[in-house]
Amino acid sequence: MDELINKRVKEVLHGNQEAFEEIVIHFQHRLYQVCYRMLNNAAEAEDIAQEAFVRAYVNLETYDQKRKFSTWLYRIATNLCIDRIRKKKPDYYLDATIPGTEGLDMYSQLAAVQKLPEEEVEKMEMKDRIQYEVNRLPDKYRTIIILRYMEDLQLQEIADILEMPLGTVKTRVHRGREALRQQMGSM
Amino acid sequence: MEKCPKHVVHFIHAFLDGEITNEDEQVMNEHLKICEECRETFEELRQTVTLMKGVGIVEAPPGFVNGVTARLPKQTIKKGPSKWFRQHPFMVAAAMFLLLMSASFFSSFENEQQFSFTKQPNLVVEGETVVVPAGETVVGDLVVKNGDLRIEGEVDGNVTVIRGSKYMASTAVITGSSEEINEIFDWLWYKMKSMAKEVIPASKDPKLENE
Repeated sequence: MDELINKRVKEVLHGNQEAFEEIVIHFQHRLYQVCYRMLNNAAEAEDIAQEAFVRAYVNLETYDQKRKFSTWLYRIATNLCIDRIRKKKPDYYLDATIPGTEGLDMYSQLAAVQKLPEEEVEKMEMKDRIQYEVNRLPDKYRTIIILRYMEDLQLQEIADILEMPLGTVKTRVHRGREALRQQMGSM
Repeated sequence: MEKCPKHVVHFIHAFLDGEITNEDEQVMNEHLKICEECRETFEELRQTVTLMKGVGIVEAPPGFVNGVTARLPKQTIKKGPSKWFRQHPFMVAAAMFLLLMSASFFSSFENEQQFSFTKQPNLVVEGETVVVPAGETVVGDLVVKNGDLRIEGEVDGNVTVIRGSKYMASTAVITGSSEEINEIFDWLWYKMKSMAKEVIPASKDPKLENE
């Protein structure tokens, strides 16, 4: 499959725009799903996932063909989602570093969605509840948990997508999992 | 959970990542048998994971692909030269060097319109003509730019006239080589030669030694 994708990439680079359509068809659901899980909103997910494909097309020549195309595509999409989430948040001094932490700013502490009243949460269907809880995770755990459990990616692939050391990804999976467990504890 | 050994928590996570060794798994299981709190944590974590994996798949809405196609920029993407440039930085640097060097050659040929000549004590200047008077000997090389040169006496060295003419009286003697440069390629050649001479001071025109 990867070979076929790389063949299509080469065709696009040689000016064949139609070859790109095949790439979009192949990855559309996966990319849309990541965006949907990250943003929890169908319209935004569609917008961002489409934007990710457009960016991939425009910057295709910067893609290193020795690496996995899907990794590169996921990286574009997750970065766009994170940007979008940050723009939605109220503008406190979110960039300010929190004293006593290593480079943590308010962004990393904020979740994508506001907390709902307890009774409303309890009425949710299980799927919605999971989505809701995942979106309440701090940024740095949320992306990793989504890629690991909703996209079912291997830890190494997540490390490649986010350009992080494998050890960091593992630690964050552990902490994200633990945070989720505590959030779900009231079930 | 504080009272439980810390490594048990690590084992639980390693187990959930599918990276636990058999020995560690045994240690973990032993502990889970005796510790209700850890067992609870373990079960909750496992359930969390199962629930997350079970959220199912969402698919892109119909028309998604067309939406992407519509948003693609019209012109074909950048390719060819720029990619080649990026892959061959050395060639690009070399080409730029040559381009700039030749530009400076040409511009110095085109722009230097001023009349100038090598200062030697016994030269006489008449308008834009440099004269080596009869009976005088000029020691050293002589270069005249944008002017004429008339030699009636003797020049003990090389003579170069750039964009000008050289007149030799019957009494004229030039011990070195002499040349007139009017064309751009002569100019280029001259520049390259003089540069080479600067770099390798010992190099001399072989003809000179024969004379």
